[in-house]
Amino acid sequence: MSLNKDTIKQVAHLSRIHLKPAELEMLSGQLKDILDFIDKLKKLDVANISPTSHILAINNVFREDVPKNSLPADKALENAPVKQGKFFGVPKIIE
Amino acid sequence: MELYRLTGHELIRKIENKEASSQDILSALTQRIKAIDAKVNAYVRLSGSPEHSLPSLDQTSILRGIPISIKDNICTQDHNTECCSKILEGFRPPYDATVIGKLKNSGALILETKTNMDEFAFGSSTENSCFGPSHNPWDLECVTGGSSGGSAAAVAADEAVWALGSDTGGSIRQPAAFCGVVGLKPTYGRVSRYGLIAFASSLDQIGPITKDVRDCATLMNIISGYDPNDSTSVNVRVPDYTQSLVNDVKGIKIGIPREYFVEGMDEEVKKRVEEAIGQLRALGAVCQEVSLPHTEYAVPVYYIIATAEASSNLARFDGVQYGLRTEAQNIIDMYKKTRDKGFGQEAKRRVILGTFVLSHGYYDAYYLRALKVRTLIKQDFDKVFAEFDCIITPTSPTSAFKIGEKINDPLKMYLSDIYTISVNLAGLAAISIPCGFTKKGLPAGLQILAKPFNEEILFRVAHTYEQNTAWHLQKPTF
Amino acid sequence: MEYEAVIGLEVHVHLKTKTKAFCGCSTEFGNAPNSQVCPVCLGFPGSLPVLNHLALDYAVKVGLALNCQVQEYTKFDRKHYYYPDLAKNYQISQYDLPLSKDGFLDIYLNGKAKHIRIKRAHLEEDAGKLIHQQDLSLVDFNRAGIPLLEIVTDPDINSPQEAYEYLTNLKSIIEYLDVSDCDMEKGSLRCDANVSVRPKGTSGLGVKAELKNMNSFKGVRDALTYEIERQIKSAHRGEKIVQETRLWDAKSLKTFSMRTKEQAQDYRYFPDPDLPPFIITQEKINEIKNSIPELPKEKCQRFMKEYGLSEYDARILVSNKNNTDYAEECFKAWKDKNKKPVANWLIGPLAGIASSNNIEISEVKISAKDFLELIDLVENKQLISNLTGKTVLEEMVSTGKSPSLIIQEKNLAQISDEGVLEKEIATVIKENAKSVQAYRSGKENALMFLVGQVMKKTNGKANPKVVQEILKRRLTDA
Repeated sequence: MSLNKDTIKQVAHLSRIHLKPAELEMLSGQLKDILDFIDKLKKLDVANISPTSHILAINNVFREDVPKNSLPADKALENAPVKQGKFFGVPKIIE
Repeated sequence: MELYRLTGHELIRKIENKEASSQDILSALTQRIKAIDAKVNAYVRLSGSPEHSLPSLDQTSILRGIPISIKDNICTQDHNTECCSKILEGFRPPYDATVIGKLKNSGALILETKTNMDEFAFGSSTENSCFGPSHNPWDLECVTGGSSGGSAAAVAADEAVWALGSDTGGSIRQPAAFCGVVGLKPTYGRVSRYGLIAFASSLDQIGPITKDVRDCATLMNIISGYDPNDSTSVNVRVPDYTQSLVNDVKGIKIGIPREYFVEGMDEEVKKRVEEAIGQLRALGAVCQEVSLPHTEYAVPVYYIIATAEASSNLARFDGVQYGLRTEAQNIIDMYKKTRDKGFGQEAKRRVILGTFVLSHGYYDAYYLRALKVRTLIKQDFDKVFAEFDCIITPTSPTSAFKIGEKINDPLKMYLSDIYTISVNLAGLAAISIPCGFTKKGLPAGLQILAKPFNEEILFRVAHTYEQNTAWHLQKPTF
Repeated sequence: MEYEAVIGLEVHVHLKTKTKAFCGCSTEFGNAPNSQVCPVCLGFPGSLPVLNHLALDYAVKVGLALNCQVQEYTKFDRKHYYYPDLAKNYQISQYDLPLSKDGFLDIYLNGKAKHIRIKRAHLEEDAGKLIHQQDLSLVDFNRAGIPLLEIVTDPDINSPQEAYEYLTNLKSIIEYLDVSDCDMEKGSLRCDANVSVRPKGTSGLGVKAELKNMNSFKGVRDALTYEIERQIKSAHRGEKIVQETRLWDAKSLKTFSMRTKEQAQDYRYFPDPDLPPFIITQEKINEIKNSIPELPKEKCQRFMKEYGLSEYDARILVSNKNNTDYAEECFKAWKDKNKKPVANWLIGPLAGIASSNNIEISEVKISAKDFLELIDLVENKQLISNLTGKTVLEEMVSTGKSPSLIIQEKNLAQISDEGVLEKEIATVIKENAKSVQAYRSGKENALMFLVGQVMKKTNGKANPKVVQEILKRRLTDA
């Protein structure tokens, strides 16, 4: 399985990461090596094996519908790079 | 001996006997950090003295106001927690991680100046930190291991009494081995992950890095336990782990997996581990070869699952609410440029790989398949633990390598996790303890594995070995 | 060529738990921005979700009320996409194992029932709100994390009116369950529609457009009407329909294409490792089933049986829970077996007053006691005419007085006393010889004219039925 440059570009877009051409080139090579290595998993017969999504055998973890203290707005916004009043600010979205 | 050289339990005794105060200890530690950290680079964003929480006023608390050092991915309220990444520059969480709360309640003094790590815990050498690598106190030209390299180096160089690290594929155990200290990865679900900035949610655990096994048990008593804020934490009683510090392994059945003594592993490391096994035999343990047949698939499985989860967990770093934000014309540009500027090479590599294995058309072939092989790996361990009390392996196939040696070969770097990774995949508990040195004077690490929620056996075997050897008393010449 | 429309509806309903789906923040509507947030719903690094018990219970309740198969084993998945109102850049949702599926809802149109199949109903968290300004977009995360139930139909709907009926019926059921306010204006119910057209009689599915931004049930109906026509016109011109998202503009009453997205979204769903799966036992299902009140369909059947109402009348009355409760109170208190007069007054005059004031029947401030008294006075005691009764009803609303009091104060009592009426009738006959003649020679209308004259003479107080009878007798006598 090869991860060609077009696929990487697409995946970089899905990951919202801008890649410079040199990076794209390097990643292409490195990811190809890694994927070739990972491909050894294809040797195994896993037809009747169920996947492990959760290593713990626990179920039904809940909390009660009881209010807990929220953060004050100022605290929530403390790290915001751009804010306006009590809102987080982002570049204008055009829908 | 200087105060900063002592273990946590020795310092507790000093305070109990009124031979020293917690203030004395903090001063001594601060002096030590100032004296040597420029060489070791165990701490990040250090300017002058390390910042710390207010000392507890309770003179009878368990931890008596003794300082503890914290890895940069564990949230401390209102203090910089940045995962050694540019993208989290300046981030101050508005809350404490659950383990921090527990430590504070037990009277610990939290050092708010954090220890170095590979960015977002992606790495096995701490070379991926945006603050530069930490240096191994045993040989400053060598890596400390990673990703909890800063914590391990600080403990090894007596710049920390004890420390917390995190372990997703070996990030506590491998640096502990490289730095000649003790490091434990608890059973998955034993310690709350609330407040640990996530790498791979189904694999991460916070754990102690300490100078000896007793200190490790002491910290485990405090940080373990069910947390209603973490749906993956388990409501299983926390025993007093110090009760397991018994000097006796007679009759303990230890499995030695043949697949863990591969060709290409460092001969010196191999010898130290074999000698250790010999010593345990001499002390009465029954050591037998076992097989974990799917071992060779662990690294590929790990790099699919861990990167997939990482790509998802890191999606939130986008400049909207915290951290780095670049100037941009529109929101998509802002996302892309922020993440380009903010993520280092390894982070980018893992996010892209992780996104790929989850993407449409590849999910079944990669992610789903990896989850199935994970089941096979777990089953291997279940079979062995049905007969054996614990398993012993080398922690790492090599001792600390030179800074720069593997950084340009990601695959080579990934393979250094080969002995630690399966533990996270199977959700087991494991500890690394020093078991000697190579000819070059670099530490070798012995890893003990236990089935889930059986940390007691780890402490028993580790303590016995430690008490019958003197590796833990050796210090780097600093 | 004739075309028919194929419509599927996707409705998102806010479950009215006190706190959010995965954290303890309040779900109250309308408060200051970012005042109901915490590290979890803000998606801060290190935070973890824990499911609100009640959200799952409510979701199961709706599933059962919609005749779905509630799944024994269900889990949450992460749905990835980047948007500033999505704190983690993934939404916790359900993908391949939704908590309920394969149900149905019946609608009634033109006296006929139609089965609308419900493909699935699953639980997920809502995103925050975006407000667009001149140069900046602003994000408020108060809404982020509120539990949503997403209900998806199969494409069984074939007209805008059917869609409207589906929505009103769905809202009705959910209101009966008291698990949501279903208020499109407050955003607690949102609806997207998928619509395509195909030649009448065929069974394939055409290319669909996804319609968004409808703010009311009527808006959905109007948007669908417009879009179906647009697609049919296109088809007639031989143009290809493009699969796209279109926004409804309620001002211009048109749909507009959104700027085309480059490719289909790849959400990279995978099971959320932070949330262990959920097992919904049969016991739990039974418990929740037993808590479901009588739903509109059953209530309708019962109203028809118990109160002798027509299906048409019954259906109108049960569509709104509060109205239903008021109606039932009235029916129970009405001593006669024949409840039709009560039904008529509810559906007629009372509903009329309610709608002209833009409120629900149950919100009209008239007690059941007073209302029934009025009906009794008109229908049984015939103290006032129907017409006067309506006037009295309006007075009751504006003054809050009882009907008897109003009738007394305003001297509205109808004259039914034959003795009194005979006198007036005699006068009218004398004064309108022409009309009398006309009636005697076969003109029926003339009778009504004469009745009218008597009404005039008595200031409308004569009982027109009695007047008519007397006139008839008198005129046919001599």
